[in-house]
Amino acid sequence: MMFSRRTDLPLDKDPLSRFLPWLIAFMVFLAALAQAGLIALDVLAQRWDNGMASTLTVQIPADPDASDAANARRLQTTLNMISETPGVMHARVVSEAKVLQLLSPWLGVVQAIDVPLPRLIDVETAPDIDLDARILQQKLARTIEGAQVDDHGVWLGRLIEMVRTLEALAAGVLGLILLAAMSTVIFTTRTGLTVHAEAIEVLHLTGAQDSYIAKQFAGRAWAMGFKGGVIGLVLAGLTLALLGYVAGRLQAGMIPDMSLPLVGWVSLAILPLAAGLVAGLTARLTVMRTLRRMI
Amino acid sequence: MDIDQNIPIARFENVGLRYGLGPEVLQDVTFELKPGSYHFLVGPSGAGKSSLLKLMYLAHRPSRGLVHLFGHDIATASRDALPALRRSIGVVFQEYRLLEHLSTFDNVALPLRVAGIRESDIKRHVEELLVWVGLKDHMSARPPTLSGGQKQRASIARAVIARPSLLMADEPTGNVDDRMGYRLMHLFEELNKLGTTIVVATHNEAMVRELGHPVMRLGAGTLHVSPGTKTDSFARTSPQGLERGLPHRLTRGPGAFE
Repeated sequence: MMFSRRTDLPLDKDPLSRFLPWLIAFMVFLAALAQAGLIALDVLAQRWDNGMASTLTVQIPADPDASDAANARRLQTTLNMISETPGVMHARVVSEAKVLQLLSPWLGVVQAIDVPLPRLIDVETAPDIDLDARILQQKLARTIEGAQVDDHGVWLGRLIEMVRTLEALAAGVLGLILLAAMSTVIFTTRTGLTVHAEAIEVLHLTGAQDSYIAKQFAGRAWAMGFKGGVIGLVLAGLTLALLGYVAGRLQAGMIPDMSLPLVGWVSLAILPLAAGLVAGLTARLTVMRTLRRMI
Repeated sequence: MDIDQNIPIARFENVGLRYGLGPEVLQDVTFELKPGSYHFLVGPSGAGKSSLLKLMYLAHRPSRGLVHLFGHDIATASRDALPALRRSIGVVFQEYRLLEHLSTFDNVALPLRVAGIRESDIKRHVEELLVWVGLKDHMSARPPTLSGGQKQRASIARAVIARPSLLMADEPTGNVDDRMGYRLMHLFEELNKLGTTIVVATHNEAMVRELGHPVMRLGAGTLHVSPGTKTDSFARTSPQGLERGLPHRLTRGPGAFE
């Protein structure tokens, strides 16, 4: 079976097979990082998607010629119009202090300002209703001059597009690693077949089927793949932990929470098994295909 | 494999063999081995004795002509059918071809393991046979530490452990002293009496004369078969040092392992 200890071929002593676990360890390490990145990005994109898809921001420019009271009335009218729109769950005027705070990167920290500030209204829409920002915009613009509705669509779309690109890249890296691992196993197996050609012929002549010989190579490759996979996963785990520690120390809101969900950890944990399985199956197919050409 | 007494163990018709694009090392070889027959294969070095044996133990396919083993045409037999045929064939190779990294026990166990026999049965039968060939104290030794005679006995044990219907030996007395050579020949005689078909390639003309079995003589790539002059004098003189009788496992004669 796959865990069989006894082999009729001295595969343990092949110089190449000593390298194989380390090559696989290296590849599993890279694969684990790529996969962790893939999962973290996916979580991030979903969070943004869910969080932002149900918010709108309405901006009303201040009329410098109108009185404060007129401006306040205009704001209240807008707020009422928004609140009456089907699909809106909640609308809230952003306080003047908060607007100043948002502008502080450009204006510096100030308590009040002479320039008339635009007012902002935060709108929360029902998650199951797809409120069209352009229709709301047209409706508001008829009554309130200069009202702007921003659904963050363009910004969010670009951000998600970037994340999806990174995800495709990570998936591509995973695919390349898989190809590299399979090529390595094929090369190692073919070398093993050449090195042990004499012993393999004796096995054949005593009545061994190709599958009997393939099983020995596959068992060995499986063991080396799994061993390499465990080493690579441990290294990747240490690296991810270190990365998490460094990111945590920044303590800024700049880096969003990138912690992996449980399914992510599980998918990382099965990497050694996957490495062993890929190595074993590749070795088996290689042996079967190569031996087919013999008598 | 069930042996039908009416079907030849091996039948060659106009067989030719060449390696790659080289010249034909065998030309128009025609013969038939009846079940239970015993033949010597003689001829000068380079006449193609080993090549002929290789065709018979399925290490090569013929370049032309017809090779039938146990009634199966080798040219049309599928690759998957070959292992079953090979399990009915035992070979004592000229250079023994023991696997050096395996113990004597594991080497002899090989034909049973590839046939998927249970490990407990393998242990019992291999140990019995190794005791019989005098390798009881060398079961876990690896071939490089064995003497020439010990290697040969291990090689013979491996050839006969699965009770083959056809047993071949390539120059089995070439590398051992006379006493060992006769001991070995005695074993082959005993196996032949139990119904095993035997072909022995040899240079030892004295032994061929003494044993008197039919002779297949290879010369210039072609084969001539001459009938034997068997006197049966050899079989009556049991060589010294050989344990009396055959191990239980072998006395049942050729046939599938049960």
